[in-house]
Amino acid sequence: MSGVFRLAGRGRIDPSRPVAFRFDGRLIRGYAGDTVASALLAEGRHLMGRSFKYHRPRGPVSAGSDEPNALIGVGEGGRYTPNLRATQVEIHDGLVAVSQNRAPSLRFDIGALNTLAAPLLPAGFYYKTFMWPRGFWDKVYEPLIRRAAGLGRAPEAPDPDHYALHYAHCDVLVAGGGPAGLAAALAAGRMGARVILCDENAEFGGSLLADAYSRIDGLTAMDWVARMVAELERLPNVQLLTRCSAFHYGPHNMVALNQRLTDHLAMPPADMPRERIWQVRAREVVLAAGALERALVFEGNDRPGIMLASAARTYLHRYGVACGRKAVVVTADDAAYRVALDLAEAGVKIAAIADLRPVPGGTLVEAARARGIRILPATTIQRAHGHLRVTGAELAPVGEGGAVGKGRAVACDLVLMSGGFTPSLHLHSQARGALRFDDALGVYLPGEAIERVRSAGACRGVFALDAVLRDGVAAGLAAAGGENGPEWRVTRQDAPGTGGFAGALPRRGPGHLALAFVDFQNDVTAKDVKLAVREGFRSIEHVKRYTTTGMATDQGKGSNVNALAIVSNVLGRRPEEIGLTTYRPPYTPVTFGAFAGHARGDQFDPLRLPPMDGWARARGAVFEDVGQWRRARYFPRAGEDMAAAVARECRAVRSAAGIFDASTLGKIEVAGPDAAEFMNRFYVNAWTKLGVGKCRYGLVCRDSGFVYDDGVVGRIAADRFHVTTTTGGAAGVLNMMEDYLQTEWADLDVWLTSVTEQWAVIALQGPRAREILAPLVDGLDISAASMPHMTLREGSIGGVPMRLFRVSFTGELGYEINVPSGQARAVWDRVWQAGAACGLTPYGTEAMHVLRAEKGYLIVGQETDGTMTPGDVGCGWAVSKVKPDFIGKRALALPAMNAPDRLQMVGVLTDDPLSMLEEGMQLVAAAHIPAPTSAEGHVTSSYFSPALGRSIALAMVKGGRGRMGTGLYAPCLDGPPLKVTLVDPVFYDPEGARLNG
Amino acid sequence: MQKFSVFSLAREAFGRHLGWRPQWRSVAPKPSYDIVIVGGGGHGLGAAYYLAKQHGLRNIAVVERGWLAGGNTARNTTIIRSNYLFEESSSYYEHALKLWEGLSEELNYNVMFSQRGCLMVAHTVHDVQVFKRHVHANRLNGIDNEWLTPEEAKAFCPPLNISPNIRYPVLGAALQRRAGTARHDAVAWGFARAASELGVDIIENCEVTGIDRDPSGKVTGVQTTRGPIRAAKVGVSAAGHSSVVMAMAGIRLPLQVNPLQALVSEPVKPAFPCVVMSNTIHAYISQSDKGEMVIGAGTDSYVSYTQRGGLHIPAHTLEAICELVPDFRRLRMLRSWGGITDNTPDRSPITAKTSVPGLYVNCGWGTGGFKATPGAANLFAWTIARDEPHPINAPFTIDRFRDGTLIDEAAAAAVAH
Amino acid sequence: MLLIDCPYCGPRAEIEFAYGGEAHIVRPAADVSEAEWEAFLYLRDNTKGVLAERWRHSHGCGRFFNALRDTRTDRFLAFYEIGTPRPETGEAA
Repeated sequence: MSGVFRLAGRGRIDPSRPVAFRFDGRLIRGYAGDTVASALLAEGRHLMGRSFKYHRPRGPVSAGSDEPNALIGVGEGGRYTPNLRATQVEIHDGLVAVSQNRAPSLRFDIGALNTLAAPLLPAGFYYKTFMWPRGFWDKVYEPLIRRAAGLGRAPEAPDPDHYALHYAHCDVLVAGGGPAGLAAALAAGRMGARVILCDENAEFGGSLLADAYSRIDGLTAMDWVARMVAELERLPNVQLLTRCSAFHYGPHNMVALNQRLTDHLAMPPADMPRERIWQVRAREVVLAAGALERALVFEGNDRPGIMLASAARTYLHRYGVACGRKAVVVTADDAAYRVALDLAEAGVKIAAIADLRPVPGGTLVEAARARGIRILPATTIQRAHGHLRVTGAELAPVGEGGAVGKGRAVACDLVLMSGGFTPSLHLHSQARGALRFDDALGVYLPGEAIERVRSAGACRGVFALDAVLRDGVAAGLAAAGGENGPEWRVTRQDAPGTGGFAGALPRRGPGHLALAFVDFQNDVTAKDVKLAVREGFRSIEHVKRYTTTGMATDQGKGSNVNALAIVSNVLGRRPEEIGLTTYRPPYTPVTFGAFAGHARGDQFDPLRLPPMDGWARARGAVFEDVGQWRRARYFPRAGEDMAAAVARECRAVRSAAGIFDASTLGKIEVAGPDAAEFMNRFYVNAWTKLGVGKCRYGLVCRDSGFVYDDGVVGRIAADRFHVTTTTGGAAGVLNMMEDYLQTEWADLDVWLTSVTEQWAVIALQGPRAREILAPLVDGLDISAASMPHMTLREGSIGGVPMRLFRVSFTGELGYEINVPSGQARAVWDRVWQAGAACGLTPYGTEAMHVLRAEKGYLIVGQETDGTMTPGDVGCGWAVSKVKPDFIGKRALALPAMNAPDRLQMVGVLTDDPLSMLEEGMQLVAAAHIPAPTSAEGHVTSSYFSPALGRSIALAMVKGGRGRMGTGLYAPCLDGPPLKVTLVDPVFYDPEGARLNG
Repeated sequence: MQKFSVFSLAREAFGRHLGWRPQWRSVAPKPSYDIVIVGGGGHGLGAAYYLAKQHGLRNIAVVERGWLAGGNTARNTTIIRSNYLFEESSSYYEHALKLWEGLSEELNYNVMFSQRGCLMVAHTVHDVQVFKRHVHANRLNGIDNEWLTPEEAKAFCPPLNISPNIRYPVLGAALQRRAGTARHDAVAWGFARAASELGVDIIENCEVTGIDRDPSGKVTGVQTTRGPIRAAKVGVSAAGHSSVVMAMAGIRLPLQVNPLQALVSEPVKPAFPCVVMSNTIHAYISQSDKGEMVIGAGTDSYVSYTQRGGLHIPAHTLEAICELVPDFRRLRMLRSWGGITDNTPDRSPITAKTSVPGLYVNCGWGTGGFKATPGAANLFAWTIARDEPHPINAPFTIDRFRDGTLIDEAAAAAVAH
Repeated sequence: MLLIDCPYCGPRAEIEFAYGGEAHIVRPAADVSEAEWEAFLYLRDNTKGVLAERWRHSHGCGRFFNALRDTRTDRFLAFYEIGTPRPETGEAA
């Protein structure tokens, strides 16, 4: 066996499978089943980390997820992870671990000089200092503090692993697989309930894995666990999850679990996610979270080699490791006697058991006495000696009234402490369960809950094994709705612990320089807590925030009750009058990447592709994101930049024809006997008189009176409208339509159907559009006479059903060919081929923007920003004056909505035709006005117009429509302001001759 | 007041820190005050401080139903900036930012205001237009804001992922260098200490249960769980509970409360130099002095006073963080929590007189109240003391919802706070 | 994540729904006073207690419906159809 502290024949490690890993560069040998901590302890090494503030040398206090000290960095490159607990990291061949928060080395850390300055660094010292000289804080002091703070270094490469997210439902979720959880899962599982049982450890059993004494039905505790797990595995309705922590209890019994799948494997399968988050909706939840042993607060209680008694028992029975050769046990609880007995049986010398209680008694105490272990009643530990490892304990008698007598030193290399057990209430508290203070146990226990949750076993203060099993069964039955559950006979067990201690241990002398730690990781001492109270921080939340106690990565699992007791003592108020700090999820830290799961890269957000995306990609289009859509922005030819490509595309549309994929437009079919009335109420426009086969530009306001969306609407039939919306507004408009239809206008007989995905839209625009299209539309007469601007026809194109709109967003003769999406590409190809001889050119969203800006057409979301009325953007004409009501009507009548100095849409020309404005530029009245000043308006759109051979822009300007010809200035970020003139926003073909051609 | 400095710290160190006195007097209520501020968060404590300091008033009480600054002051992500779009808003937030710049000195309390800069990242052409409009508008208003290319943004914040191959590539960013973060608790404690020193009574564990008015309708005091308190003026600065408190005076507010969640990672050595906000993909991140990555999540959609929300909301934010800063994928969430945000329809606050004489309200700060703390406190104090708003907060009335003069930052900018 | 019992589809996860704000707010005619319009459009009880609210099963049946929920706990007390009166729950608002 490797490791001089390894005990042959003990533990649940596999001695036939040696494992080698590196810690701070040194090769360490352990066995399958070891953690980094157990393997290091097997070599006699306790020093594993440095603390946050004073850089004190630290070793593991615990053997589990509550570990505050032994934090390490694990892995290399993109797989490096900081701040993992050595007590949880399972070793495998090739694992690389490093210590943290030390320089140059773990044994010699320059930062430990901070300890010398400790008197100058009490709780909250930074609130009182670093204020002079002003301005030095973030330039000088803060960088220093930041470098000293932090724990491990942050990863510096992207994580190559992947993660998974899984939703699950069950009847009973059991969180915690110790005796109570196993009993509950079995009770519920045998009833046939769908059960999920999870445990954060690598194997089920909880405290039983470290229990060599108890016997259940004649079996050792570990054998009993094996039998229970075997039965659970046979039940098809039970799902067992190890290495899986229930970490978040959300509303309505949604509990999140974090399952770690690969970190313990040397060669994980490539397709296996590193972690998986389970979002479990449970009909009932049983919390079997157990209890955590409390540390004792005394001078030097942080020296490596000082640990929780229960941790030493776990290292002994689970890992076959003796944590030292000669131990001093300091306890206020019976359970530590069992630890002493077990260790003694394993060959560890027990120098003494110092018991804080005046008259310890009971079977365990007698057993220890019988074994010849020296028991010192009414004895405290005054201080621990040592630096990188504890070398001795100064034990001192506690007299009547708490006076501490002179101490005597006892040499040792291990100090085991037990202040009793604190039930784990985290999940219960997250479920918004009340907490109640139990005087007998001196701890908080779960009270009433608002969720369907019940606690079982040690997490509700039930400690005796037989009672725990009964409690688990009862909880499982209650959750599953049954009456008869399994029964087991506990044939040997320790009596439950009595006693317990919280707060700072009594000591002799004032201990001005003593550092007795409450929160190990954050270096919060008992004096810090007292100082906070002295300074008026009396709420426990204030104490936490002022001292940072309980804010370390263990979230106060080991420290909160001690901090509470100290505050309670100082204030002379009972603990329940002070309360506990809120338990904030997660129970233990959870990887960011696990939350992200598959939502990564292209999966980050659904990518919506219009039907002609493949065609555009094949032609080398450059794309832009518009909402979730990916749209072709322009189609550069060899050697063209964006400006050249867009100019060419624009010229093609104006001189011949262009083809554009407009399929992303939102489309809604409004049908039913009351369709026209619905449209009247919903849009600002009037619809009654719109003839079948005609189109109209429609504008939607909110009831606040501000423009919300727009689009062309065609009347397919008397009772049927084909509504289009902006690309980004489709879902919102439909939701708004449904809202009014379902909740305000129940009198209307109308159906709304989203048809965005069903209809693809091919825009064919330009003077030769008709020439290209006419031969393709299966005999439909699309001549100017029979199909003028703003009309629509149903027909077919090459046999494909079609709704043909004669509409234009370019100012040219144009059509929008609506065809079923599945056949759109074929239609597109036919149009494309037919247009080849006519100079048909594909154009993208950028050219579309330029062309519409030349015509002064607004884009909702670019000219408007949610604060514009129809009148502001020059669409006052669209607002019906006669309709009794429509959405926005009342608000549009407010005086402020009609104020003359409202921003109004205008055209803007730079005096220099080749200089370009930038979208977002502000307009002011004079060339040089010192800031701060107010703007006259701002530029919303700015392009180079190939048709005009100069720059053009649209802007929103105060009272702009009445200020045509006015000169303004546009300040630049760099350089002098640009002089501009306000003009009509229609720059091109104001008569609309081309449109109607 | 015990002056805080490195010298006093050293002096107290010799005295084993036994000489420190409570930072504020936590007292029982007197029967009567000139002014009662309802709500002991940063805004309320600050208002009391400025009433005493700048308006010469002394007979003031702050009543807090729980522990001081235990609401949104304790629950935000500490971002401070003033690069808002509309002149009304940016003036208000800039007023606050200027006060932040001198606050540690003013209060003799290190609030750790760190002007690390705030990058607002653009991912779409539309974002670029919107943020550039911010940059131009802010410049005009005398507020620093500049436009960075993706490469410049990465130089300012090296962990930022500017690869063109991600789902929503970074197209640029607006940078306000004077923006930053501060230590949220310290702001409240600093105001409490300074106000207390000026004679303000700070009354904790005192919940207001009613607002008393005389037959003319004028405010005469408040009923509390610690007894009635008479007051000529009552200023309500109750954040998520504004609707509840104001209803006691018969006033309905244009507010809806929503849960807002935030989280921190485990602490690591310095790795993130500034604040980064991405509205398009919903991510806000900075690193605290302690080393934790402080991350703001989105709001849950529904009204709730529970101070919690669904896990899918922070999960969505972490998706975005992992895209934006892929190196942080293996960092771990240490702690998450929720607050109650009081949102107005135009996402701008209300700091105003009300229709009830003697009753004033400062609310509607939604997801962005922390950054305004000294500014809102300062202007709320002005409004209460003079019974009229300061020109800066004059537009932030309740009446704007009646007459349509909204200040719609959310709609205008599509930028969350 | 809330569990919402759509009256038409049964219990579903919150992510299938869109929130619709306070229920039973009647849209007035277009000739009301500014104050009445403001009250309709903007003023809300924002109840801390049992709130009547609207949800839409937007990723399901698409229907709007009402619910009673205690905003202090997020516990639902009732789900009911649009246009039907608020049920009596016996709990104080």
